[in-house]
Amino acid sequence: MLRLERLSCGYGPMRVVHGLDLDVGAGEVVALVGANGAGKSSTLMAIAGHVEVQDGAVRFEGRDLAAALPHRRVAAGIALVPEGRRLFADLSVRENLLIGGYARPRERTPANQETVLALMPRLAERLEQRAGSLSGGEQQMLAIGRALMAEPKLLLVDELSLGLMPKNVDLCYEAIAELKRRGLAILLVEQNTQKAFAVADRVSVLESGRPVWTGTAAEAREHPALIEAYLGLATATDPPS
Amino acid sequence: MGAYELSLVTLVGINVILALSLNLITGFCGQISLGHAAFYGTGAYACALISQAGLPFYAGLAVGGLVAGAVGLVVGLASLRVRHDFLAITTMGVGFLFLGIVRQQEPLGGEIGLTIAAGHGLGGLGFALFVAALAAATVWFSLYVKRSWMGFSFDAVADDEDTARLVGIDVARYKLTAFALGTALAGVAGGLYTQYSGIIVPDAFGFVVSITILAMVVVGGIGSTFGVLGATVVLTLLPLVFQFIDDYKLLLYGGLLFIVMRFFPGGLAELLRRARPARRSP
Repeated sequence: MLRLERLSCGYGPMRVVHGLDLDVGAGEVVALVGANGAGKSSTLMAIAGHVEVQDGAVRFEGRDLAAALPHRRVAAGIALVPEGRRLFADLSVRENLLIGGYARPRERTPANQETVLALMPRLAERLEQRAGSLSGGEQQMLAIGRALMAEPKLLLVDELSLGLMPKNVDLCYEAIAELKRRGLAILLVEQNTQKAFAVADRVSVLESGRPVWTGTAAEAREHPALIEAYLGLATATDPPS
Repeated sequence: MGAYELSLVTLVGINVILALSLNLITGFCGQISLGHAAFYGTGAYACALISQAGLPFYAGLAVGGLVAGAVGLVVGLASLRVRHDFLAITTMGVGFLFLGIVRQQEPLGGEIGLTIAAGHGLGGLGFALFVAALAAATVWFSLYVKRSWMGFSFDAVADDEDTARLVGIDVARYKLTAFALGTALAGVAGGLYTQYSGIIVPDAFGFVVSITILAMVVVGGIGSTFGVLGATVVLTLLPLVFQFIDDYKLLLYGGLLFIVMRFFPGGLAELLRRARPARRSP
């Protein structure tokens, strides 16, 4: 569904990601991991159209979207759950969901909202509440729900567990696992590798904007020292195997 | 109703259209503009030129609206590159640019200005009713936009345009739409003003006028149609009914802007909202 071919992206003259190849298929979760500043979020933003693609291709269902405007990519079926949720804090939960469905015909909004609320019943109890007054976990649920309102085929999720209590992290990952079961393609950027590897099928490690390791999630789980070394967590006496 | 009262109704109607036109850009879509008088003036001058060409008054209004909307669309392009205080300064520059150009152009009458060649032919009462009807239509249009998907998307852009872009809203399209619609309405108000006053001079569209319009929007409550409507009626009539206020107009508007922004940034609309539940409580 999504194929990144030698993707390089960055900000003006600065190149952040260098020649990344990556595939994400329907019903598949791919975790993109790496230390801070490795270029994970920039990769997601480049796929969503908010960071300049400097070289390579972003193929989505065979079409290169590297030059497409962000709203065209949403219309094509790519939705983003941004880092830090980025909700419209002053608008209600219902209004946030409504805005999420902007790219789709209005008559499908009620059905899509029903689907989202069935997946996240907590939001149904808070429909008229200001988004800014929700708890961190509820806000993250709303950010996922808002993205789902766009009827995506590919969901880009940036730092799902950041700043959440463990119980809420579990709830969010349950939602991701359910979306995977429903056939959604998911590209997940995550610092919490334990959680990411539990739900992912494949893992790609970025170091200073370059892909340095790709394998299955099972392989990544079997060789935690290798991944930790790439994430900069290993000590000098604990070299990668 | 005497001629003086009819002129008051007409002026209030023109200002309601003008203030709601800025409310569409600044209140609904969150794009600050400190040069709105330039679009008001563009419509006024276009209407005067059409009148001098011997064309009917209604053609002048339509052309005034279209020309002002086209200029507004071009200025709106600036809003795609700059934001917040930078956009405020850019639009302020547009206001000065308009005055600079008009003052130097002989076909536009320079400092002396232009007079209209043909009146509207509706009579005092007819013209007042026509302006009042257009003002009422502008109020309806404003409410309609606010409740539509366009208004909802304006809300999102005003709230956080980066996030709006993240969820797939075509932010550029909505900003340009707000500028085009708002400035076209200001152009229509300018055309009406030309017919109301019979003569137009550059100073009628200066920075003070831009601030006056902004004061009506801010005092009424940025984004609130009825709040802006109420504030416009009051701020238009006050200096006319109490003549001494006219000498201190700048002081009054400046002071009001300061007080509202400092103590109740939601303006009259916010004060009324706060008062309503208080009345219901035992």
